[in-house]
Amino acid sequence: MTDQPSAGSGEPIGPVTMLATPIRLDFDFTPGVAQSRFLRGLERGTFLGQRCPTCHKVYVPSRGTCPTDGVATTEDVELAGTGTVTTYCVVNVPFAGQSIEIPYIAAQVLLDGANLSFMGLIQEIPADEVRMGMRVEAVWVAPDELTPSLASVRYFRPNGEPDADYDTYKEYL
Amino acid sequence: MSPAAAGRTVRPVSIASFAQAQNVRRDDVHNEVEGLLPVIEEVFSTIGITKDDVDFICSGSTDYLIGGPFSFVMALDAVGVWPPRAESHVEMDGAWALYEAWVLLQEGKADAALVYSFGRSSLGDLGEILTLQLDPYYLAPLGPDIVSLSALQARALIDAGKASEADFAAIASRSRRDALGNPKAQVRQDVAVEVLLADDYVVSPLRRHALPPITDGAAAIVLAAGDKATRWSERPVWITGIDHRSETHSLGARDLTTSPSTASAAAMAGLGAGPVDLAEIHAPFAHQEIILKEALGLDDAVAVNPSGGALAANPLMSAGLIRIGEAANRIASGGADRAVAHATSGPCLQQNLVCVLEGA
Repeated sequence: MTDQPSAGSGEPIGPVTMLATPIRLDFDFTPGVAQSRFLRGLERGTFLGQRCPTCHKVYVPSRGTCPTDGVATTEDVELAGTGTVTTYCVVNVPFAGQSIEIPYIAAQVLLDGANLSFMGLIQEIPADEVRMGMRVEAVWVAPDELTPSLASVRYFRPNGEPDADYDTYKEYL
Repeated sequence: MSPAAAGRTVRPVSIASFAQAQNVRRDDVHNEVEGLLPVIEEVFSTIGITKDDVDFICSGSTDYLIGGPFSFVMALDAVGVWPPRAESHVEMDGAWALYEAWVLLQEGKADAALVYSFGRSSLGDLGEILTLQLDPYYLAPLGPDIVSLSALQARALIDAGKASEADFAAIASRSRRDALGNPKAQVRQDVAVEVLLADDYVVSPLRRHALPPITDGAAAIVLAAGDKATRWSERPVWITGIDHRSETHSLGARDLTTSPSTASAAAMAGLGAGPVDLAEIHAPFAHQEIILKEALGLDDAVAVNPSGGALAANPLMSAGLIRIGEAANRIASGGADRAVAHATSGPCLQQNLVCVLEGA
């Protein structure tokens, strides 16, 4: 559009070849009952999951139902902040708004007691030493900085336990 | 079973069950899945079945209401699709999802289907969101909102000598009063026409009462054929004809005071084969009921929108499906023998669906 003469410039206006119509929509977000409990849990420095009354799987976070059985998940389950890296990737590509140094590790962490893995950063270990099955623990922000947000979890770090057997997490890859 | 119009014979399919959420201005407590779950549970439990008794699932919704992608996939968490199910989705009111399921049942590829729809109209600015359904080259960049476009349609109707502002108020008054008998409705009120006419214009010639309320809601229907239809209902409500038609997206090329697509769909659905006792018409704006009544060929003996219609609750993406469910419930309870249900989508009644229902 910018290279086209505008009305009043004295130049003849040629055929319109392009039209930019910027669109912006703003929405309110309602997390719902189950996700609100999860977010409030983060505010207290805990991971709060919910158990399906039918298949007994624990989802963290839960969206309020078991996606397998289609029933409400009503039983809260407080999970320890420890888990197992099921899979991960090494991020070497910088992007706009990036707040941590590359390379860094984004991993799926299966929290102990959960049946759904959870995305988290892995730090306090060289990138080339991260591995599937590695045992990790959550590192939270300072107590006065806790908010109902995943920003309350700074990252996960190795907790020193021996690696988990592949059989214990192979269903969650 | 009466044959449908246009020489088509149809496989008898019944509306076996219907459920809808409480229609509210805004549900701040539940997310989409949590709002839908009790509706799905109710539509099954009412006839004593589970998700294992249906072999097809089809939903109607739009990501433009929630502001996030693939919301229909998340919504499946309210059903529980394991083992994997045959499932589909339309970016349309749930009435069109019902149509897709009906077609599959016609082909004999399924004997029962779950149809549902959901949408929370309160999360964004509908004036901006609904503008994006317009033709993206010539119309949407101008930014005409849905109320202004509907006001142009209402003005055209007045100029054509087909209606007055008092007629709009009379429709709103009747709808709100009828809604007193519908516990799921949102706007329920006994209010006189003169009181409504004292309102200020929102966009002339439309006053607040001629506009639909903003509604969060959800609805679900179970369709059944064969043995399941007769086993699940004491008095099956059969779909004897269903059809949908669309008009050009160019509003300037349409006569907004008529609805030829509704008339075509009604003819194809066999509406004219006999009289109807009641009509559930999806007319989000009061004046649109006048246009649709004419297109459907309904006289004043036909009860229109005893549920209160879309002027009493207008959950986007569900209000059309609810019309079918409300009409079916009236037949199932013996309150009617033959009914017509209508659903609309798009600006100024661009797309229309007509469903003819008969009691056994």
